[in-house]
Amino acid sequence: MRPGFHRSRGRVVLRLRPGEAAVLGSLLHELLDLLAEPEPTDRDPLEALVGIGTHTDPPDDPVLARLFPSAYADDAVAAGEFRRYTEPELRGAKRAQAGTALGTLPRAVADRGATLSRAECSSWLLTLNDLRLALGTRLDVSEDWVAEYEALPQDAPARLALEVYDWLAWLQGTLIELLSG
Amino acid sequence: MGGVSVAPVELDRPESAEELRTDRPWITLVWNDPINLMSYVTFVFQQYFGYPKEKAERLMLDVHHRGRAVVSSGTREEMERDVAAMHGYGLWATLQKDD
Repeated sequence: MRPGFHRSRGRVVLRLRPGEAAVLGSLLHELLDLLAEPEPTDRDPLEALVGIGTHTDPPDDPVLARLFPSAYADDAVAAGEFRRYTEPELRGAKRAQAGTALGTLPRAVADRGATLSRAECSSWLLTLNDLRLALGTRLDVSEDWVAEYEALPQDAPARLALEVYDWLAWLQGTLIELLSG
Repeated sequence: MGGVSVAPVELDRPESAEELRTDRPWITLVWNDPINLMSYVTFVFQQYFGYPKEKAERLMLDVHHRGRAVVSSGTREEMERDVAAMHGYGLWATLQKDD
């Protein structure tokens, strides 16, 4: 079986070469680091208990700003309130998805690959998208990134990163195709 | 603001796609970005909103070619829920009062 997502007996199976699993594992660990809880501040204990955050400003890091967008384009106060109420839960969901995907990697390199549950499929779909958003934002890709890639010198470090970015798109595309079918 | 969910795959919204009524004062916009795959955006519109494939593709193409598209309309609370769900999928979404 080729690497990637496949359907087998009605289930989705992920099979990866060891090198591919290592790249994904490393990217997922980086994502988890990026999504680590912000420095604890003086949180209201009740708000902490019910998962309401304290910060209302958009993140400075463009990758985090893309993963946690502002919900109101022209109303900073409403955007801040929305962020305070939704960002902790969204951050937790993204961390959980990355963790679930990581957990399937050891099985994915085995001969038969990893047969995924619905929850694992969903985690892979969403965390692959987060990885692409993170990498694509970091690389500042445009719609014409292929032409920009081809214009890069052979030894440019960004070439390898864009090849990984392209591979993630292919991998996510195979999963979308299976889930849409 | 209540009932915010970021578990999009578990959400099931059976409402008809044709409910974009003009008397609903708030809208959810999805904005174009160079990263999300067209097939993914279509998949999200089908899965979360329950839109038929043709409508989901048309909205995706609107996002792609016009830079943004109105994907739902309703009360402010409903739109905050939709925007939170879109963020859960990694789509760039905002809500605003319909002009």
